[in-house]
Amino acid sequence: MAVEKRNVSVTANGQACSAEVEPRKLLVHYLRDDLGLTGTHVGCDTSQCGACTVMVDGDIVKSCTTLAVQADGSEITTVEGLGTANDLHPMQQSFWEEHGLQCGYCTPGVMIAALGLLKENPNPTEEEIREGLEGVICRCTGYQFIISAIQKAATIIQESGIDLNSQQLVGEGTHNE
Amino acid sequence: MSKVVGTSVKRKEDSRLLTGNGRYSDDIVLPGMLHATVVRSTSAHAKIKKIHVEEALNHPNVVAVYTGKDLEGKVGPVPTSWYVPGCNLKEPPQYPLAIDRVRYVGDGVALVIADDRYAVKDAAELIEVEYEELPAVVGQKEAMKEDAPLLHDDIENNIALQWKAGEIPEGVMENAEVVVKESFYVQRVFPSPIEPRAAVAQYNPGSGELTLWCSSQNPHIHRMVLAEVLGISEAKFQVIAPDIGGGFGGKIGVYPDEALVAFASREIGKPVKWIEERSEHYTAANAGRDEIIEVELAGKKDGTLEAIHVKNTANLGAYLSTMGAGVSTIDFGMMITGTYDIPYAACETTGVYTNTTPTDAYRGAGKPESTYQIERIVDLFAREVGMDPVELRKKNFVKKEAFPYQNAQGLLYDSGDYEKPLNKALETLNYEELRKEQERKRKEGKLMGIGFSTYVEMCGFGPSEVVGAVGFQGGTWENSTVRVHPSGKVTVFCGTSPHGQGHDTTFSQVVADKLGIPIEDIEFVFSDTKSVSMGWGTYGSRSTAVGGAAVSFAADRVVEKAKKIAAHELEVAEEDVEFENGTFSVKGVPGKERAFKDIAHSANMAWNLPEGMEPSLEAQYFFKPENFVFPFGTHVAVVEVDKDTGEIDLQRYVCVDDVGTVINPLTAEGQVHGGVAQGVGQALWEGAVYNDNGQLVSGTLMDYTLPKARFFPTIESDFTETPSPVNPLGAKGVGEVGTTASIAAAMNAVVDALSVYGVTDVEMPLTPEKVWKVIQEKEGNQ
Repeated sequence: MAVEKRNVSVTANGQACSAEVEPRKLLVHYLRDDLGLTGTHVGCDTSQCGACTVMVDGDIVKSCTTLAVQADGSEITTVEGLGTANDLHPMQQSFWEEHGLQCGYCTPGVMIAALGLLKENPNPTEEEIREGLEGVICRCTGYQFIISAIQKAATIIQESGIDLNSQQLVGEGTHNE
Repeated sequence: MSKVVGTSVKRKEDSRLLTGNGRYSDDIVLPGMLHATVVRSTSAHAKIKKIHVEEALNHPNVVAVYTGKDLEGKVGPVPTSWYVPGCNLKEPPQYPLAIDRVRYVGDGVALVIADDRYAVKDAAELIEVEYEELPAVVGQKEAMKEDAPLLHDDIENNIALQWKAGEIPEGVMENAEVVVKESFYVQRVFPSPIEPRAAVAQYNPGSGELTLWCSSQNPHIHRMVLAEVLGISEAKFQVIAPDIGGGFGGKIGVYPDEALVAFASREIGKPVKWIEERSEHYTAANAGRDEIIEVELAGKKDGTLEAIHVKNTANLGAYLSTMGAGVSTIDFGMMITGTYDIPYAACETTGVYTNTTPTDAYRGAGKPESTYQIERIVDLFAREVGMDPVELRKKNFVKKEAFPYQNAQGLLYDSGDYEKPLNKALETLNYEELRKEQERKRKEGKLMGIGFSTYVEMCGFGPSEVVGAVGFQGGTWENSTVRVHPSGKVTVFCGTSPHGQGHDTTFSQVVADKLGIPIEDIEFVFSDTKSVSMGWGTYGSRSTAVGGAAVSFAADRVVEKAKKIAAHELEVAEEDVEFENGTFSVKGVPGKERAFKDIAHSANMAWNLPEGMEPSLEAQYFFKPENFVFPFGTHVAVVEVDKDTGEIDLQRYVCVDDVGTVINPLTAEGQVHGGVAQGVGQALWEGAVYNDNGQLVSGTLMDYTLPKARFFPTIESDFTETPSPVNPLGAKGVGEVGTTASIAAAMNAVVDALSVYGVTDVEMPLTPEKVWKVIQEKEGNQ
């Protein structure tokens, strides 16, 4: 039953990575099991919950319903690419300050989805954020503090002139206020 | 250093969760690790004729396949943990894999172990089960009928339990001026943590030690129960709950699947991982609620309430889950009078087995259902006697002078002031103006509704003697050890098991104030049976009121010892030493002092301790509360119902909760928001649906509506603080209040909107289709 494996090479969070995978392997399992990027989670298997949301070539993608081979050659940003504990990205910083997370399981996907939203609409209203979070489900927070966090992040990102459309979200050294 | 209890400290746990460094069960990878999957019944009720495993066994990646028969003598049935007394409770054995008969869609029939995450699923597909179909029964009322199929041959009429509490003297109901009756169905819903269940087991064939990481709210209970099921010593069995992606009651239960994973690791001698799929979660993980509640409320024309009689018919599913018997009896039945001084109350609960997934605790566990029936029926009573629902509530509230107050069912409410949060909410709402607006809108033909829920709930489980008397197989006291290292940094151990609540932070706030050290100097250890000597986990809004209290007491003991050492070093009597802001000083002698960290060093070095004193600076405290705690408050929903589409626009949601002393206002408010989303979710959107054959037709997130961000307005949340006398923190519990309160608030609002048609109930969830049908029917009748 051996299936011929395929090479999938990506730039993940600025690092060149490569692995031999079965053609049916989901992107989320490639990221988690082959690249060790376990910050991206699986919640529903059917692309409703958005815990698996990552950025592929600047687009928001549900990695649980994307094949790894489809992402071959792409640039991928996951939560690990945003910031570090000592140098949080404004989105992470805002989630922290506004208590935008409880169990933290959906959080990486929600933050990536929120960055996708801000790329489209840098200064969204509360209503636009609520609509813009259609692709993610949080069971802990009731969303209110997630919305406050995204509003705060939007302000910081605008004020500090961070370009969300540059592929490189990583290590800009301007993350902290 | 200023005190940190009562301030919105940012959470300590977040830096790992925000950066992708959380460690959830699926993040655990061990050398040689195998993968497990459970083949589950596709039939709701059938005899197993034969299970064909040969093809699966021939799969090149497969290591082992087990069926129920293979487990006989090796793994015992998974027992319930709540033997409610006096109710003729019948507990059928629940084997980890069904042996000769399946009783619900999702019942495990085979376990497959392979060396690859994908291959194990392939192999599971190769297993063929021959079933002989049996008739299935899904609803609890249907299951009690004479001709209903029996799930367990020796359990008559599928009745698992018949429980009664309270008595109403003859004549009270019969002679009452007003009796209002209604039947409510609190439908089956799924707790739905975004992380499904998970377990990783590692057995050491050399030492005989077993380690189980599992997505559990109470690892010590898992250890206690599974040690028995697996026949292993608790001393050789470590259970760890790593980061958990939400629980909401769904991860209290000790499940067959966890026993299977542990068994397989022991049998094969290699680590085994099992990660549940979402659709599997909805068939195999315990669901919540599913209770038909018939209420009669008696009183006077002037609005005085006199007696309440409640019958609850609860769907327990196919087997008795961990807390299964307690939810619809003790948790539900002792609180049926709510916040009202109703002299007489009686509750009769019948628990019924059906061909559905077992039900168990879900956020609030019995208390939301209890609050739901009393808050709904009180509204209908107000309508019947022509009173404003707020006025009727105020008239019947337990008065603040009456606390501690014993309710008709014998529970002693610790403290309360029910008008306080209600008045605050009325002010926020501008209530009188809101009613006028409603009148105006009604004249324009618009359907606006205002719904109240003025709840109280029993939290902080609990006093051991009481939980023992009601049959719970646990102690529910709590334990904490405060360990001070030579540097003055502190590690604290506690037996509760957080999974999103933020106890690392809130409990650190308690310790920081006690020891006068910065929060950054404090680290917490939870959720590991090898590190934490004993504990009972996190559920029933018990963690702060019981666990936080244990932490507080243990920190007191550390200070007590440290003070003795400081007095010895400062060469003064202990009574002359004061401790404030982390410094021991001598009364009236400025400059003569020792810092907390100096004493930490002294205690650990033990070069010069008071005579006879043991070295080190560490203290443990086991806190057994004398009573439960009873948070309360007012939740209000304002809705407008679209006549043409049946859609409900939730326009405002105002809540004022009194959870005793608030340790961290930010995280407390977060708990309320999350709770409200789940309760409103039950009222408006969520509902598990089975067809008549027992097939779950809402088994994925494509078919089961979990609330999204756009479903809600801004929740206007506030607190009042009435400390509890039961624990030194004055804390009551905040995890469940939002859910307990909000189901009734949302429903009362919609029923208020539809009251122009004389509507008294619509079955939850209030989908536009259902509401539209009701409106069409009523408009047609007019």
